[in-house]
Amino acid sequence: MKLILHVWRQKNASDKGKMVRYEAPNINPHMSFLEMLDVVNENLIRQGDEPIAFDHDCREGICGMCSLTINGRPHGPERGTTVCQLHMRHFKDGDEITIEPWRAKAFPVIKDLVIARDAFDRIVQSGGFVSVRTGSAQDANALLIPKENADKAMDAAACIGCGACVAACPNASAMLFVAAKVSHLSLLPQGQIEKEKRVLNMVSSMDQEGFGNCTNHYECEAACPKEISVDFIAHLNREFLGADMKSKS
Amino acid sequence: MKLDSRIPEGPLAQKWDKRRFEAKLVNPSNKRKYKVLVVGTGLAGASAAATLAEQGYQVETFCYQDSPRRAHSIAAQGGINAAKNYPNDGDSIQRLFYDTVKGGDFRAREANVYRLAQVSKNIIDQCVAQGVPFAREYAGYLDNRSFGGAQVSRTFYARGQTGQQLLLGAYQALERQIGLGTVKMHTRTEMLDVVLHEGVARGITVRNMITGKISSYAGDAVVLATGGYGNVFYLSTNAKGCNATAIWRAYKKGAGFANPCYTQIHPTCIPVSGDYQSKLTLMSESLRNDGRVWTSKIKKDGRSPEAIPENDRDYFLERKYPSFGNLAPRDISSRAAKEACDEGRGAGESGLGVYLDFAEAIGRLGEKSIREKYGNLFHMYEKITGENPYKTPMRIYPAVHYTMGGLWVDYDLMSTIPGMFVLGEANFSDHGANRLGASALMQGLADGYFVLPTTISDYLARVKPGAVDTEHPEFKKSEIQTAEMTRKLLAVNGKRTVDDFHRELGKIMWDDCGMARSEASLLSALKKIPELRAEFWSNVKVTGSSEELNQSLEKAGRVADFLEFGELLVLDALERKESCGGHFRVEHQTADGEAKRNDDDFCHVAVWEFKGTNQKPVRHEEPLVYDNIHLATRSYK
Repeated sequence: MKLILHVWRQKNASDKGKMVRYEAPNINPHMSFLEMLDVVNENLIRQGDEPIAFDHDCREGICGMCSLTINGRPHGPERGTTVCQLHMRHFKDGDEITIEPWRAKAFPVIKDLVIARDAFDRIVQSGGFVSVRTGSAQDANALLIPKENADKAMDAAACIGCGACVAACPNASAMLFVAAKVSHLSLLPQGQIEKEKRVLNMVSSMDQEGFGNCTNHYECEAACPKEISVDFIAHLNREFLGADMKSKS
Repeated sequence: MKLDSRIPEGPLAQKWDKRRFEAKLVNPSNKRKYKVLVVGTGLAGASAAATLAEQGYQVETFCYQDSPRRAHSIAAQGGINAAKNYPNDGDSIQRLFYDTVKGGDFRAREANVYRLAQVSKNIIDQCVAQGVPFAREYAGYLDNRSFGGAQVSRTFYARGQTGQQLLLGAYQALERQIGLGTVKMHTRTEMLDVVLHEGVARGITVRNMITGKISSYAGDAVVLATGGYGNVFYLSTNAKGCNATAIWRAYKKGAGFANPCYTQIHPTCIPVSGDYQSKLTLMSESLRNDGRVWTSKIKKDGRSPEAIPENDRDYFLERKYPSFGNLAPRDISSRAAKEACDEGRGAGESGLGVYLDFAEAIGRLGEKSIREKYGNLFHMYEKITGENPYKTPMRIYPAVHYTMGGLWVDYDLMSTIPGMFVLGEANFSDHGANRLGASALMQGLADGYFVLPTTISDYLARVKPGAVDTEHPEFKKSEIQTAEMTRKLLAVNGKRTVDDFHRELGKIMWDDCGMARSEASLLSALKKIPELRAEFWSNVKVTGSSEELNQSLEKAGRVADFLEFGELLVLDALERKESCGGHFRVEHQTADGEAKRNDDDFCHVAVWEFKGTNQKPVRHEEPLVYDNIHLATRSYK
């Protein structure tokens, strides 16, 4: 199949950037979206042009590195799918496809489709952990956890930190990302001791990084490649409210 | 090159205790004077960095990704082994130790493997305390499942995302230390050289992948946890960025490289679909708990799998290895699949595939139960192939997955360069010639949480902190040499892309040094690789400049190293005139086609010493001494 691509090209962080049109002939429907871009890039290099820079690594949907907005949708049209697992069989011959980076104030563009997501790491630094020194742990089976709680914690912990939730949100809010980590840890007994401090610090760090607020659009859930539920945002709000009231009383 | 494994004297079960007692300690108030540089932030690197920082050392860490959470440990699916014996099915430290040595075809170091089995229990405790959401039974206890090469259920798991959850545990411990200011993290930074002063590792030279700036960092010890070299085959289950540059450049500075020919081909991967293929995707070995592997008994059978009646199906693993059946170890299962395909009995259009069938398990346990256990894996399979594995069997084929070889280390995980330690897949020590499933996560975390933090103090206690800084001429020399290589790559301005060379190298490696290796194929590879390397340096095309984010330049440096390293891998395969584990030499097999070891001549670690560019490296041997187990012919029949 033959495709027309409109791709965001931006030389570096200070460049203004623009959309550039490329033709992609001879695309095999079994290719992944990133393999299609590989083919386009190989041709650009052969012509002496600079290839399109984009982030990717595991190419199996788990590292969270790939981050393309395709036709206005983070990770493209398929639900529950990262770009690296999106295959060209979901497009038609002759399609025009626009490819942009995540757009959010807290995720500045570094080059072309590559963005900086260090803000997520800083949010985790503020409290997204259980403070256990190596060696201090008790026997693993000394702590019983109901299967339902462990399963629910795992649902939240499945977050790959890609940032599609932020890119999809009209407010560029990181609520789903923060909610997933807060919920994962507060659903487990190990996370109880620090749970109030954790939620207050993570939310305050999120605000400082320049992410917006949640106004219940639920675009985040729709874009999440791991289909993490917005119910966790409700969980986060409950945790936050409780901790906030307690800290002020 | 002196190879002193420094294995403590005394009975096997007491060696680690003895080492811990004999190790010199660094006084708590002196720890902050020492700086440790940790390169790579996967399971081994992140767990080591976090633990060293908790102990009070200054730590600086480096990774090429945008965050430590991206390391490829994250993609491990199936689980992590530990000798907890919670199911009460006869497991013990001794049994995990024995299974691992046997699984490695008696080519691993006894003392290291025993220690691994000992600390395996602490790893599970530590991870649970961090909040890793392992699978549980309804009563709240941890659940276990079985894995290849074992007859007990000792594998802990978190759905099909065990690596992800363990890595996030280590990542969160690391981020906590970064937040406390005890670790300084450098993301999007690639290590390009190790700096030595008077033969001792004193620092590293790196390239900032955003600005292109080349600079050096000094430390009192350097820890490499940079993963394996599977991408020398181009197509593998590794992430695209995985590379051998750090360990290869350390080798060129004097670190011995052990057993590079030990590469693991994983039996259950999604088959190649075309020339554009950029990587291969693994389907977790855990699937073989419930999936049955088969192919048609008839050559060039064009029927769809549903149309092939039971009588025409060959469940070849169950037939050949009745006691382990579909859970035979990876090397054995891969070779059996290859044999069936070589006989013309392969499945799918390419004929390079066999079936992994869940119909029987779905009938016995119900679709819901299978979905709970493997849902995400089935989902992933369907995404990639467009086929529904609940309805039709999966097609699988072996692919390069893990590399057991790596930089040589002693019992303390120190390489032949004093002050440089090597952890995880980057070292060679625990898996012998074949790694068992669910053992990579165990080894990475054992090295990072428990082994290195103990052994490194013994080294640091003997050196003066901060003895050399980056103003030293050795650092300047390293920076200039590194910049010069970058300049050379950009200056070639030829006609072929980096990926083009990488694909060709991968094809040579797979065809001539893959699942079956012969003297003729290896000699042919030894001729082709230097020719390809010469062409690379005269005809590669790298666009852009060095002072910016330049992904083709990054790749070019890595492929340049693979083009050198591949030759060493082949050379090692040629010199090891026996078959063992993942290394199968067609000249050395039993009458029924199984690997035939030669313990008289090859019961040793082969360690290669760099002797200069275009000079033949020297092969050294570390004898493997088995005091506690009897060297047996591995049988899973």
